[in-house]
Amino acid sequence: MSVEPILTARGLVKRYGRVTALDNADFDLYPGEILAVIGDNGAGKSSLIKAISGAVRPDEGEITLEGRQVQFKSPLEARDAGIETVYQNLALSPALSIADNMFLGREIRKRGVLGQWFRMLDRPTMEKQARDKLTELGLMTIQNINQAVETLSGGQRQGVAVARAAAFGSKVIILDEPTAALGVKESRKVLELILDVRSRGIPIVLISHNMPHVFEVADRIHIHRLGRRLTVIDPKEYTMSDAVAFMTGAKAPAQPVAA
Amino acid sequence: MSGTQEFERVLDGSDKNVASFESQDVSLLKRAQHFLHSTPAAVPLIVLILSIIIFGVAIGGRFFSSYTLTLILQQIAVVGILGAAQTLIILTAGIDLSIGVVMVISAVIMGNFAVTYGMPTGIAILVGLITGGACGFFNGFLVAVMRLPPFIVTLGSWNIIMATNFIYSANETIRDTDVDEKAPLLHLFALNFRIGSAILTLGVIAMVLLVAVLWYILNHTAWGRHVYAVGDDPEAAKLSGIQTRKVLLSVYTIAGVIAAFAAWVSIGRNGSISPSSAVTDFNLQAITATVIGGISLFGGRGSILGTLFGAMLVGVMSMGLNMLGADPQWKVMLTGWLIIAAVAIDQWIRKVSV
Repeated sequence: MSVEPILTARGLVKRYGRVTALDNADFDLYPGEILAVIGDNGAGKSSLIKAISGAVRPDEGEITLEGRQVQFKSPLEARDAGIETVYQNLALSPALSIADNMFLGREIRKRGVLGQWFRMLDRPTMEKQARDKLTELGLMTIQNINQAVETLSGGQRQGVAVARAAAFGSKVIILDEPTAALGVKESRKVLELILDVRSRGIPIVLISHNMPHVFEVADRIHIHRLGRRLTVIDPKEYTMSDAVAFMTGAKAPAQPVAA
Repeated sequence: MSGTQEFERVLDGSDKNVASFESQDVSLLKRAQHFLHSTPAAVPLIVLILSIIIFGVAIGGRFFSSYTLTLILQQIAVVGILGAAQTLIILTAGIDLSIGVVMVISAVIMGNFAVTYGMPTGIAILVGLITGGACGFFNGFLVAVMRLPPFIVTLGSWNIIMATNFIYSANETIRDTDVDEKAPLLHLFALNFRIGSAILTLGVIAMVLLVAVLWYILNHTAWGRHVYAVGDDPEAAKLSGIQTRKVLLSVYTIAGVIAAFAAWVSIGRNGSISPSSAVTDFNLQAITATVIGGISLFGGRGSILGTLFGAMLVGVMSMGLNMLGADPQWKVMLTGWLIIAAVAIDQWIRKVSV
């Protein structure tokens, strides 16, 4: 492939005591694609994602973003570098409003004296932007932007979390099990949301156990097994059974990495 | 573009309307629950108004006089200010048991520096405020950086600061007249002015202003929102990019400074400065006002206005029962029931989302 990957990892190693979670794992994400990461429980998917999103620091190996080597000490640093992650637990504050949650940690202050000296938040602007973002992503069933997140349904919360990532993620968006807790209709919404985000040119890493969803939206599928990348397959050339077979070790892949 | 899957095709025929429900289905109780969920200070305010009415009817005009009502405010000023500091900490799902003794040691230091050492009063007050801030920072460091549980940390610092207070001061009281003579500025908050029969001290005004300022900060600045987020779900706050450690450290330090400010106000109220007041349960009174005010002990919920109403409620009951000639233990008992009721209501309001 002639295009350079936007985000790569080479030889990542992460050990927890005697357990090796990542064993020389590699990873490549190309611009504008949806890359699904699948693997059995305990294969090291989460550790891989945490290493990329800055939540854990790998013991060995290197990560490069747009050709530059990066070392994230915290999720904050990864975020500042343009990598947004939607965690499985969503990382929303239940008692705060939708607007407050969307701008948590990067609030907009009023201009002039009020903002500079009294540090006053610019609520109207924040609320407007939050509403615009949610409408843009087709989450209009939310009636009140000031309602507490805990009063939303699971799908709506997921929508808020994805909308937040989409609003601020400039380079890469990582979604950890975005449809795991959702109903059929809500899953569909989230999948459409994912495709919508990709159509804006932002690449997405999708971690999921749901094979139909993975095969539907992914451009490439990264199969993780025993702490390393077993192979990368094209969903159009393989079936779901093939993927499950690779993932569980029932079948060996033909070539190590199909780019 | 990938299409929908087989089982999802039927979604095309699904109901596209935004969910709407008949309003009659929502019982009055449910609506009350929703109202209280979005307006956490309403419960203590309603109870406060009710208790003023009840005592007013029971006692008559004497209770309703502006003299009595402003006297109540004077009595709760110190606890109200301490309650405001406690509110900040409880909003982060913490607790500060040392807040009362931090106030006492700050008062003793202000008095000693101004009266015994003869320093300018302004500097004595500054040293007192710094002492309070340092005590708060110590608690905050142990909670935020060492990650020790706040209850244990402040239980320890409560004892440490109380002992330091007695050892340092040799339990010597600084007399009212000495303060007046050498450092009248320490009595600043005793200044009062009358509007009819109402007497407002500067201490009362300071309490109200402090609560107003903190209310603004908590609701209209990023820092304030972060305090709520950290108390609500620290993990989520951290993943959202909030520096939880800094927020906690600043909350405990500010609470310490406010406790020292309460010390200044208390010197105005008491006249003399007595180290032995460290045995008074100011910390528990502050927690009581906070809890009755509807601040959730689990963090992240409640309005600081509630704390003000909570402190007023305790003051109204205390005064009312006193005027009725009741045994003071009735006040203690009623406070106990109020605390339990407040926590029960908090739990009920939380269920709104379930």
